[in-house]
Amino acid sequence: MTQNQGYTTADGRQIGGTVMEMKNITLKFGGVTAISDISFDIHEGEIRAIIGPNGAGKSSMLNVISGFYTPTEGEVWYQGAKRPLMRPYEVARQGVARTFQNIALFEGMSVLDNIMTGRLTKMNASILSQAIWLGRARAEEMANREKVERVIDFLEIQSIRKTPVGRLPYGLKKRVELARALAAEPSILLLDEPMAGMNVEEKEDMSRFILDVNDEFGTTICLIEHDMGVVMDLSDRVVVMDYGKKIGDGTPTEVRNNQAVIDAYLGVA
Amino acid sequence: MLHKIFIDPFVEMYMLPDFLLQVLWEGLVSGILYALIALGFVLIFRSSRIFNFAQGIMVVFSALTLVGLHAMGLPAWVSVGATLVVMYILAMTIERVVLRPLVGQPDIILFMATIGVTLFLIGLGEIIFGGENKVMITSELGIPTGAFELFPWGGFLILEQKDVTAVVVAGLLVAGLIAFLNYTRMGRAIRALGDDHQAALSVGISLQTIWVLVWFIAGIIALVTGIAWGARAGVSFALEVIAYKALPVLMLGGLESITGAIIGGLMIGMLEKLFEIYWGQPLLGGNTETWFAFMLALIVLLFRPQGLFGEKIIERV
Ligand SMILES: Nc1ncnc2c1ncn2[C@@H]1O[C@H](COP(=O)(O)OP(=O)(O)OP(=O)(O)O)[C@@H](O)[C@H]1O
Ligand SMILES: [Mg+2]
Repeated sequence: MTQNQGYTTADGRQIGGTVMEMKNITLKFGGVTAISDISFDIHEGEIRAIIGPNGAGKSSMLNVISGFYTPTEGEVWYQGAKRPLMRPYEVARQGVARTFQNIALFEGMSVLDNIMTGRLTKMNASILSQAIWLGRARAEEMANREKVERVIDFLEIQSIRKTPVGRLPYGLKKRVELARALAAEPSILLLDEPMAGMNVEEKEDMSRFILDVNDEFGTTICLIEHDMGVVMDLSDRVVVMDYGKKIGDGTPTEVRNNQAVIDAYLGVA
Repeated sequence: MLHKIFIDPFVEMYMLPDFLLQVLWEGLVSGILYALIALGFVLIFRSSRIFNFAQGIMVVFSALTLVGLHAMGLPAWVSVGATLVVMYILAMTIERVVLRPLVGQPDIILFMATIGVTLFLIGLGEIIFGGENKVMITSELGIPTGAFELFPWGGFLILEQKDVTAVVVAGLLVAGLIAFLNYTRMGRAIRALGDDHQAALSVGISLQTIWVLVWFIAGIIALVTGIAWGARAGVSFALEVIAYKALPVLMLGGLESITGAIIGGLMIGMLEKLFEIYWGQPLLGGNTETWFAFMLALIVLLFRPQGLFGEKIIERV
């Protein structure tokens, strides 16, 4: 494979080399093959979309990337090295943050505390010094608070900082979940249907935030989305999955004109 | 008869307010210890969905270890430090040998495993320290053994200094724990894990680390409870029964609520004492403290199945 160089997008953004590569990933659950021999790569700084009909295996793929599922076969390469078998928390500590299709927040905690948990991978003070709240832990806590406040400003959720997450409407929960992932300052951000279930206005906000994150922090983003319009607007390159197989891979325009993709979507519709 | 139930006790409370205070104080001292034990349960339940049957025996085991180490010649406070190390090793061992292999098993299996831990600790404690009663090293630890005498309303109130110490230390422990849970990274991680495992993993929280930490905190709580209770009643395996008092506390306070554990513990401690003194002894021949808490919890649950504080019980949605 030779795509370790960057490329320039249609709108003139410079994209870096490969940061993550899935090599021949297969994932089986008993008799069900959720992913069958799929390879694709993610370049530094791009917005990579995974699309496909229901049950295509998109979430499963995201779960493999984030370490929640262990592939039956295949390798995950990250930052130029083959990734050993890792637990999800270890993957998170390597700079891979994610959101979930069915929102996974800490419902009993405030918005602020939820987002603060996003900083866990960035904090190093020992347990003992935290327990007695010594200098280093305290300084760290303050520094992290500042970072978190910036994320809060960025996503325009200042007004709900102290609200328990359980009380928020769905759209805002999705935003808080994004905020928590962003607080980790990830090198790769995985978003599983960030706009599912939102109204048009919320979708527009979310699209804008995703573009801004990519633009301002240069964060690499891999997202799953059903809304074709959104995908076409946001992403630089798209992987198309159907029944666990990859049936297309390329720029939005290429993918839209791919016969296999058209068939899959017409077949569903 | 009705008179004796509904009038006399209250008249007595009104006539002898200093005695009422004394009764409430005694209840508070027991209550805060029930609350501590319940808190240990809650922490472990929230972070691992395990109903830790071993919490009570951990109280006994830590107290035995403390007294035993001191008997072997270690200075009192060194023994406390060494006991903490033992409790930490215990936490690591439980995580490694019991929790990790059983993760993902049904709750009942994990519950059974904690019964196993209980039996193991009973055996281990007896082998190392013997089964006979021991005296808590109260004065060696510098805990004052005198009494404060107060004269409220011209009456008379005795506060044993070791009880005052127990209440203050337990209060500090609870306050420290709450601050730790709310304002530190690890505390936040513990609460996060209690709320949502998946989300916790996604932000880099390691289940193993948190479990060890939580079981260690439960061990610290056990040691404080063991010292305080041991100072009142001596150290023996009979101490374990106070852990059963944590059950009604949890029924009232809910398995997941820290506030519930504290308020529930204090309530049960004080109410059972009040009942014993004003109703139990005059009308029922005394010894009501063994069952009152359970009856109270059952009655409350009849009307509020979710417990007093309304958090969901056991079943996770
Ligand atoms: N933990 C699991 N255990 C068993 N089967 C699973 C598991 N996770 C996913 N699957 C199966 O794998 C297949 C792909 O599911 P996946 O959730 O990845 O699809 P998806 O493309 O994300 O669909 P959707 O658009 O509905 O979210 C499905 O058949 C699903 O039932
Ligand atoms: Mg999905």
